[in-house]
Amino acid sequence: MEIIMIVLASILFTTGVYNLLQKQFLRIIIGTALISHGAHLFILTMGKLKRGAPPVEDYGVSNYADPLPQALILTSIVISFGVTSFLLVLAYRTYKLNNTDNMEKLRGLNNE
Amino acid sequence: MNNLAILPIILPLLASVIVAFIPSKLNIVRKLSQALMVIFLIIVGYIAWLVYHNGVIVTQGGGWDAPFGISIVADYLSILLVLTTYIIATAAVFYAPHSLSDQQEKFYFYTFYFLLISGVSGAFLTGDLFNLFVFFEVLLMASYGLIVLGNGKAQLRESLKYVLVNLFSSMLFVTTIAFIYSLVGTVNMAHIAERVEAIPAEQQGIITGIGVLLFFVFAVKAAIFPLYYWLPNSYVVPNPVISALFGALLTKIGIYSIFRVYTLIFVHDTAFTHQQLFIWLAIFTMLFGVIGALSTNNVKLIVTYNIIPAIGFILMGIGLYSEDGLAGSVYYLMHDMVVKAALFFLIGALVVAAGTKDLSKMSGVIQRFPLLGWLFFLGTIVLAGVPPFSGFIGKLLLLRGALSQEYFLLTIVALLSSLLILLSMIRIFIRGFWGEKMEGMTNDNRKVHALTIPAVFLLAISIFLGVGAEYVLPYVDTISTYLLDRTEYISAVLKG
Amino acid sequence: MKQSNDLILRTTTQIIAFMLLGFSVYLFFAGHNAPGGGFIGGLMTSAAIILMYMTYGFEKIEKIIPINFRTLTVTGLLIAVLAGMGSMLFGASFLSHADGYYHLPLIGEKHLATALIFDLGVYLVVVGITLTIILSIATDSEDESNQNVGV
Repeated sequence: MEIIMIVLASILFTTGVYNLLQKQFLRIIIGTALISHGAHLFILTMGKLKRGAPPVEDYGVSNYADPLPQALILTSIVISFGVTSFLLVLAYRTYKLNNTDNMEKLRGLNNE
Repeated sequence: MNNLAILPIILPLLASVIVAFIPSKLNIVRKLSQALMVIFLIIVGYIAWLVYHNGVIVTQGGGWDAPFGISIVADYLSILLVLTTYIIATAAVFYAPHSLSDQQEKFYFYTFYFLLISGVSGAFLTGDLFNLFVFFEVLLMASYGLIVLGNGKAQLRESLKYVLVNLFSSMLFVTTIAFIYSLVGTVNMAHIAERVEAIPAEQQGIITGIGVLLFFVFAVKAAIFPLYYWLPNSYVVPNPVISALFGALLTKIGIYSIFRVYTLIFVHDTAFTHQQLFIWLAIFTMLFGVIGALSTNNVKLIVTYNIIPAIGFILMGIGLYSEDGLAGSVYYLMHDMVVKAALFFLIGALVVAAGTKDLSKMSGVIQRFPLLGWLFFLGTIVLAGVPPFSGFIGKLLLLRGALSQEYFLLTIVALLSSLLILLSMIRIFIRGFWGEKMEGMTNDNRKVHALTIPAVFLLAISIFLGVGAEYVLPYVDTISTYLLDRTEYISAVLKG
Repeated sequence: MKQSNDLILRTTTQIIAFMLLGFSVYLFFAGHNAPGGGFIGGLMTSAAIILMYMTYGFEKIEKIIPINFRTLTVTGLLIAVLAGMGSMLFGASFLSHADGYYHLPLIGEKHLATALIFDLGVYLVVVGITLTIILSIATDSEDESNQNVGV
């Protein structure tokens, strides 16, 4: 199970990096989203997977999943949600002002 | 339970919420922010005084003891940097109304500003690797809000790159935390440090691997040699007050994290990480940063490029990993935060005074604005490390450490780059301030003077750091012995 | 302009929006010790509101829900911060929470926790931010005066 998850996470990472290296804003943003998904899956895997056990330790329950990775992922999801939505607005405004969504055309400081 | 350590984080957060309710009543917001900031500065000063007299203060969030809860650790190093942050922030809040347009201030400048301070203090104070990530994101969120203020074409373009670079490195940070968690099963830094020691020697390669990955993350934030490409353009585009906050605080968070992690957790293979990797990267960072500073005529870009060699100097001290080296680094870190902010303020005033950013079009500004000119000169020699000012003390400690460990190349490069820093800055002074009185200077003398005053405050502090080194050095020495001996931190967190 | 034929959307929205809103309230109250919470509840509420925006148009909904979402965000943040700080007044450390079982009239025995107040803050922040961001893209016209850049 861990192996499958790691392969999945690595696929997400590679597609994310591939998308990150594209020129269009939207692809880049999708790339960052994919990378963050990969990272989150990776945390889950690293916290050791356990099937059918809730992350709650209650009285009399001996089989429970590690709650910490889940808390970390939740925090991280919230953060990447915020950053991604900000990035979408930013990309939209940049597109509007610069009239292009091509990173190639947004190079450098031309002595402004 | 001692809640003092969390105050530097929570007070600005509360302030940011309060000022967000009335963004358009500028007069009230300005006065309120200034008053609050002065009060906060006093409170933080008091906390710092307490830490130095009664030892490390640890707050365990939610009443859960470490390593289960969230530890906020105000130790000697972190509280000192938080205090420096608050000093700079106080100067900035008095500078902001004169530098920003009303429109920019109304667009939640003060909210983002307080949020930034909250995030920066949090990153300094947290005792937990995952929370370091969270506070990084808080301060980055605030910085995203600040960097787009004004909405210029170039600004949005550069912010997009800035956000993307930071987002990518944050995701790597999360991945690294996952690695660490799988290895030691904890994210509390003191606890990690304790457990890493228990790992058998033949398996320690994996810790070094994780350490280098983490270094890569922090190196992106701190703008260390191969990863500084994003910094100059994105720090030049916003308003001077925002550039000052970024230049003084943001990259320093990265280098502080390296400080923390590489004196606490990854200290088992110093021969590779510290003495090879850090020293070489420090050499290149110093050289390339200063070359960048010499390559341009844009005055703001010159100061921005000068952030990079300073990071090199601090990294050099961590690489030396000796008493002198660490003391020098801490001293230099403090000095650089203050003087960089002051220089950005002065450059902002200079650009307003001369009406241009281009050095080749400037001349004779000192004839109209003598105070600005001499302050700039003072800032330059403080930055370059002319004795008896603060840059000199830091560099002296660092170079003494380097020579005693026989790093001759490092010493030569450090001295050379100090000289080139002086050259790059004095170029502004000679060509911009001296010479024929230029056309097109502003008539708004009052504005220029208002922009100069906060810099006077910061320069006074930085001169005190240098001239009053006798009073400051004992504290810095305490910090460096404290950093070399990890047990005090670990026991304070885990038993506090 | 020709009237678009969105009968199916309108009819289903009437049902689905209420289901979404109801479920989001459930999720919000479940959050302190079961799956759910302010974040997910807030997202679901904003999904319902956005669905209504899509169906009935911007002007109509603005009349029905006359809330400035930025103020909502700030209010939520204030509640969350104060809820965290509240414990400091009682000498406990920051973010500590108290809980207990109370008998409420009409509802019966319920488990109440102060973490719920913090969650309420999170809920409002999430609704506020999501709607601010989506509306600032959706309602952006050609004029540059409306300079909404996020959060």
